[in-house]
Parts: sequence; structure tokens; C-alpha cells
Amino acid sequence: MTDMKETSLTLGPVYYLWDAEKWRDFHFRIADEAPVDRVVIGETVCSKRQHFIEPHLAEVVERLESAGKTVILSTLALVTLNRESKQIREMAEVSEHLMEANDLSALAILKDKPHTIGPLVNVYNAPTARLLAGRGATRICLPPELPFSSVKEITAELPDMDFEVFTFGRMPLAISARCAHARSKGKIKDNCQFVCGEDPDGLPVRTLDRQSFLALNGVQTVSHACQSLLSELDHLVEAGVRSFRLSPQDCDMVAVAKLHREVLDGTVDADAGVAKLRQLYAAAPLANGFHHAKEGAVWVARTRSLQAAWPA
Amino acid sequence: MELICPAGTPAAFHEAVDAGADAVYCGFRDETNARNFPGLNFSREELREAIAYAKRKGTQTFVALNTFMRAGAEEIWYKGAADAVALGADALILADFGLMAHVAEKYPQQRLHVSVQASASNPDAINFLVDAFNAQRVVLPRTLTIADIARIGKNIRCEMEVFVFGGLCVMAEGRCSLSSYATGKSPNMNGVCSPASHVRYRKDGGELVSELGEFTINRFPAGEAAGYPTLCKGRFDIADSNGYAFEDPVSLDVMGELEALKAAGVKALKIEGRQRGKAYVAEVVSTMKAALNSPPDRRAPLLARLRSMSEGQKTTSGAYEKRWR
Repeated sequence: MTDMKETSLTLGPVYYLWDAEKWRDFHFRIADEAPVDRVVIGETVCSKRQHFIEPHLAEVVERLESAGKTVILSTLALVTLNRESKQIREMAEVSEHLMEANDLSALAILKDKPHTIGPLVNVYNAPTARLLAGRGATRICLPPELPFSSVKEITAELPDMDFEVFTFGRMPLAISARCAHARSKGKIKDNCQFVCGEDPDGLPVRTLDRQSFLALNGVQTVSHACQSLLSELDHLVEAGVRSFRLSPQDCDMVAVAKLHREVLDGTVDADAGVAKLRQLYAAAPLANGFHHAKEGAVWVARTRSLQAAWPA
Repeated sequence: MELICPAGTPAAFHEAVDAGADAVYCGFRDETNARNFPGLNFSREELREAIAYAKRKGTQTFVALNTFMRAGAEEIWYKGAADAVALGADALILADFGLMAHVAEKYPQQRLHVSVQASASNPDAINFLVDAFNAQRVVLPRTLTIADIARIGKNIRCEMEVFVFGGLCVMAEGRCSLSSYATGKSPNMNGVCSPASHVRYRKDGGELVSELGEFTINRFPAGEAAGYPTLCKGRFDIADSNGYAFEDPVSLDVMGELEALKAAGVKALKIEGRQRGKAYVAEVVSTMKAALNSPPDRRAPLLARLRSMSEGQKTTSGAYEKRWR
């Protein structure tokens, strides 16, 4: 059994298109102030955006490493073009950093090199995790859709693998060759003029009855609700999960990271943590349905919270 | 090019064989395949009979085991693979690496096809599956243009199969949790998308509202035909506009591009629709077979007949045409 305090935090890649300076300053502040152990950086959603952060990559890597963080380079979630494959291959050849696979092509290219598996690769069972481990995967972030019953099975079968779960952030639900974000603003992918940059936390998709539902992030569709497994951390740790992924939203991620660290360290109670998290990221409701094998959009309160909700 | 046809029932299977399918694909009646709908699919005995019938007529049978194995319940998928092999399936269509590894090791002689659900969308990914599991064919994601397909064909070491007619996924297949976000049931884990068990229609004033789980997927004013609330084909509010945010309720039809697909090196054409009835299967398969056997300049009337059979009669060439993106 893992001790809560032996756990680590991973900051996932920024899925959204942020201004280059904002992206740089965000990571500078993470380096200086956030209690995360590793940071995954690099464009993950759309290869057209890659040039925005390139001028700042080196200084961000340096700042994060000086602060003692492990830097992991992200790869694209959907690779269809030659230049996209080529870019991953070149990165694998020259980079001294660990890389994270988000697509089958990266798995092929990274074979026999130590690498990590991102939450966008379909790892639904232990045989698949074992296969990836045999090819060089050192840490596997399980898909957000995975119920706890599956997480437990997988971690039990591979006790030596470092498993991570998607603990905070809007859930990456789908990716397409088509850009719904550009389409919604009267453009298509090829002449998009980077309109996704106007929505640093995603563009809300509401139902015709004005229910908040999803958000567009370029070719990616994310949930409106924000996954939070803050009140499930103890169960996850007990099941052998060692690392927890925080996926950046447009909010104070330093505070979000501190809060997760405090709950893991036992200095803040999970219920108080959830209440605090709702304030830190008020843009969306919290959800943990996938963990409980229910609709991903729902929030399942733990028993003691329910009890607390009863009038005395 | 081979014509690969769907069969959700033994009756549709027979129709597809009789109508000239080169291969028919189908699945077992459980969570191992991505069309796990009530009343569809095959028992072991039905598959035995179907394969025997197909063999007599010189038609191949592909068995889809193309969901992702539920952790701790892998035996269900392993048993499915064992039975399909024993019953004489000509190929298994697989999506899960763990299952591919199992089949490649246990049944090295068995033909293994990569399901569209595996989302192998580029040469590196496809060659990885060829090298690791001896995959013989890949069903390409519906996210590629014909130019992309031609380029991929030059750089891979297996055959290519593409969807040409029927339902159209807007999202990269096998990588979509939209359905489970709204209903708790997903293509990857349960073999269903936007399942009927979670669909509700209600009247609101003069409008018909279609819902999936707790979410409104569409509202139809009086006089407008109401469609099934498949999540990604719904109408939504975005910024100041509302409409079909991801895709209109259209279906895929790239039969007009047969020559380009052939030139791109495509080995097999796939028809979507294991959920369709036997009359539809018979009609679509025979018409497509006739189109394939006709010279290009004689195909127009056949293709027009096909189009009239499409869902809502509106079709798109989808990602095969670059401007769709």
C-alpha cells in the first residue's frame, strides 16, 4: 500500500491555445510556486498551434528544471499528417527529455526508450498496460473514462508500474479531424486564423435548453464539468495509484496544486478541499461520475458528505 | 476492390452473401463488439451456421471483437476470440492492444484486422501494429482525406480498408467518451453510442425535444422530421449561434470516389450498418456490387439509387474531402 505522502503530482499539458507570454508566465509561476513533481509541456491538440510556444520552450524547460521539476514533452493526440509524424520522430531522436505518448504513432516511435503514456491512449486493462510496460512505458496515466473497479484491477496486476489518474480538469472527451471551434466561428480548419485562442478555457457548448454541456477547444471536445477526484484520493492511493494529474484550466493552478498536496498530506480534509476547489475553479461544476461507473457529468458525493448534508 | 458488408442478424448475413458481398462482418451478442444493441448480433450457433453458409458461397466472414477489454473480465474477449477462430472466421477485427497481443500469440495463423476503433491514423501507428501483432489489414479512421490515404498506402506493410457508405463518426473512433459523459455507456467500454435506453422524446409546446440522459440533443419544430439523438449530430448553442455544432444528420457516401480510392491503393470498401435491417443490407450490397462491376461512366444511376437509401437522404463525403475539416 502506498503512503499518501509518497504520492506525486503531475501537471498535464495546457490543452488550450493561450497567448505565448501567458503560457510562459504560467509555467514560470508553476516552477516557482507549485508543489508539483513533474510538468508535461508541449502542444497536444493541434499541430497548427505549435509555433506559438516554440520561442519560449527552452526558457520554460530551464526554469522548471531549476526548480527541481521533471519535464516531460507531450506529443500530439491525433497524428494524420507527414509533418506531424516527422516532428515526433525528430523530437524522439534529439530530445534528452522524457516524452509522453498520446497516439499510437508515438508508441511506435518511442519503443524501447523510457517514456510515459498520456490519458488519451486507450489503456482499459492490465494486458494492455503490461504490453506498454514491455515497450518502455514507465508511467501510465489512465483514461479519464475508466471506472475505479478497472483502475483497481489494473494496478493490482502491475504493482511495479507507476500509475497516474486524471484528477483535476475538464475531461478530454473527443478529438476530430474537423475543427468544430473554427466552424462555430464561420471558418474551417485550414483557414482557422487561430480563433480557438479567443477561448482560453474552451468555448461553451450549451444544449438548446441552455444546459451547460461541453466546451470546444479547437479539434478537441472537452466536458463542461471539471473532473475532480479530490474526495477519492484516499481510495486511489490505497489501490496503489501513485501519481495524480492536474490538467491546466484558466484558473489559479498553483492554488489547485497546493490544495491537492494538502489533501494528500492530510493537512486539509477532503470535504473542505472540495469546497475550496469549487471556489478556485468556479467556471464549471465538479464531476466524478466516471470514477463511480456513472455518467461522466455527474457528481457522486461520498457517504460522509451525504451524512453531513442531513440536518441535525 | 473487395466489398465488406455488415450483418447484425443471421437473416441480414444471408442477404449480404446472396447479394454478392466478398466478406461479411458481424459480432457476438455481448459487450465484445461495438454494435452491442438489443436484438442484434450472433450466438455461437448462429455464427457457426452463418460461416458455413458463407463458405459454401465463397464469401469470407470477419468477426468484430472491437471493444476494449474490461479490466478483470478479459476472459469474455479471450473466449470470443477462441470461439471465432474455432468456428472458422476468416479474420478477427480487433481494437485493444491487449487482445491483439493475445490473439497474435495464441493463434499466429489467424488473420488479424485492425478495427477503426484502434484509431491507427498514420503509417507509424499502422506499422507498429503490423510489427507487434502481425496485423494484415487496417480499417482506416474516417478522419483522413483520399490524399492522406494514398500517402499512407505507400508507407505501410498491410492492406487498407475504408468506410464508403453508411453512418459517419465525426470524432476519431475509439477515442470518444461523449456518449459515456452523458449516459455512462460508451463505444469503447460497452459497445454502444448514445444508447436507446437513455433516449427520450417529449413534447414542449409545438416542438418535439429529443434527449440523451439529462441533456437535450435537439428540438424539432412542427413539420420537421425528428432524428435519433446521436450526441455528435445534435443541435447546440455556441456563442451567439445555434445549429449542428459537430455534424449535420448526414451519412457517408464516397461511392463517387471509387476510382480515386482504388488509385490510392485501397484493398477493401466497407459498408457501415450492422444495426440496419436485411432489406436495406440486400439493397445496398447489390447496388454497390453492381456499381463496382460497372465502368465509371455507367455508375451514375446506381449511385443515385444508393443515395436515396441513405439516412435522411443527405450525404457527405466527410473527411475524404479536405474542405469538410
